[in-house]
Amino acid sequence: MKSKKLSLPYIAWMLVFTMIPLVMIGITAFKDRQGNFSLEPFANAFGYSGVFFKSLWIALLSTLICLVLAYPLAYLLTRMKKSSQNLIQMLLMIPMWMNFLLRIYAWVILLQKNGPLDTALSLLGIHGTYIGNTGAVVVGMVYEYLPFMVLPIYTVMSKIDTGLIEAAQDLGSNGAQVFGRVIFPLSLPGVISGITMVFVPSASTFLVSQYLGGTDDIMIGDVIDKIFWTDSNTGSAISLVLMVFIFVFLVIMNLFGDEEAIA
Amino acid sequence: MRKNKLSVVSKIYIGIILFFLYAPIGVMIFASFNKSNTTVWKGFSLKWYGELFRDKAIMNALGNTLIIAVLASLLATVLGTAAAIGINNFRGKKRAVIQNVSNIPIISPDIVMGVSLMLLFSFLGVIFHFEMGFGTVLVSHICFCVPFVVLNVMPRLRRMDQSVYDAALDLGCNQWQAFYKVVIHELMPGIFSGLLMSFTYSLDDFVITHFTQGAKFNNLSTEIYSMLRRKIPPTINALSALLFLAIIIIMVMVNIYERRAEKREIKRGN
Repeated sequence: MKSKKLSLPYIAWMLVFTMIPLVMIGITAFKDRQGNFSLEPFANAFGYSGVFFKSLWIALLSTLICLVLAYPLAYLLTRMKKSSQNLIQMLLMIPMWMNFLLRIYAWVILLQKNGPLDTALSLLGIHGTYIGNTGAVVVGMVYEYLPFMVLPIYTVMSKIDTGLIEAAQDLGSNGAQVFGRVIFPLSLPGVISGITMVFVPSASTFLVSQYLGGTDDIMIGDVIDKIFWTDSNTGSAISLVLMVFIFVFLVIMNLFGDEEAIA
Repeated sequence: MRKNKLSVVSKIYIGIILFFLYAPIGVMIFASFNKSNTTVWKGFSLKWYGELFRDKAIMNALGNTLIIAVLASLLATVLGTAAAIGINNFRGKKRAVIQNVSNIPIISPDIVMGVSLMLLFSFLGVIFHFEMGFGTVLVSHICFCVPFVVLNVMPRLRRMDQSVYDAALDLGCNQWQAFYKVVIHELMPGIFSGLLMSFTYSLDDFVITHFTQGAKFNNLSTEIYSMLRRKIPPTINALSALLFLAIIIIMVMVNIYERRAEKREIKRGN
């Protein structure tokens, strides 16, 4: 198939449904409600900078926890029998297929007052509130995105040439040295793509904090959702800032890792 | 890598992670059989399942979700496979630009894609007099599905031996015959995983649908969203349990298919 023509329908499609909408966001962000050029939307958007940084903080925290939990798991996976590897991989993916809202709602049930966790801990004499705070939001995020961290790290680790490990062992490295000098450096592309796959969606997600967080845990995605229906100009300005931020983040991550792993 | 037996600590660690992943789902499934609509156990009952099937809004939303997922994944697969073949014939800078633009829906935050499509549709709606609904949701789903198809088919195209296609032409096929008799079989695993990914992303989508659904159309996610906003009905637990069951059945089926495909590849000597 030597024809380039086959891609024409898709190129036209992308022009209408990818490029034009983004251009429209760009234009709307620089207009006031009357439709004249204005920087007012950005001035309004600036008012949400606190929410913006809080979102980044929650996303960062979630990403780090995912990394700490996922890395050992990915490593252990590569040391299992192939059949157990497939099984665990499948078990990691099944919850991901569950509806996004139901997964978050499941945590509402689990953490709510007089819910299973509260009841169990009360029996041990521990009383507390487990929902409506930043911690609950982070738990929800980690639950939501953990497999996105495990799978790329695991994929990269399982492709490491066993010859390299054997060579390191032959040359006198012990287990820790093999890990530190061979496996860890070679697994970094997976780590980079895992960080990207967790950070980007968790920084821009909405609803998670509405269900699990308190009033001051509102995230930038929730703000866009709330504001866009009434004030699409400010909504566009915030979206544009978020988009630019994510883009810069991806470029920086790209400098560290190779492009293939991230795409 | 050395395949020694995992230590007890490692096994416990894996166990804890799996517990973390399944405990919330387990709690919901457990609650779905509870006679009471509180979290206190009042005895076994299937009444929430009965109520679920009588809930017209949910059944309607489920139907919509399936129709959208089937149509969006099929159309995206056709569009994406054709696109991948076409893009594969571009070289250098042009190719890089097209591929990067194609990846935008994957890279950009869902919410930005959602609001940008909403802007487009409400603008076009004023000009062409239509309201957002089934059509706009379908188009939006195709938008985020096609890039996955392209990404899955592309590596297969690169690995494909060009001479197979040329041989088909030499043996008297025209371009179309060569495509559906030869090329498509080489691409099939990529097409299939693209289709599957599209289907699952479409089934699960909330954000994009939320912004492009208009006033009357609901898929399962948006219906659950409005359910959770009104009051929290216990039928939602029954719904989760059934979805979980469906996912497991699909997963097992896909696994069997992949095993067979692997065996076939091994037989062919790949």
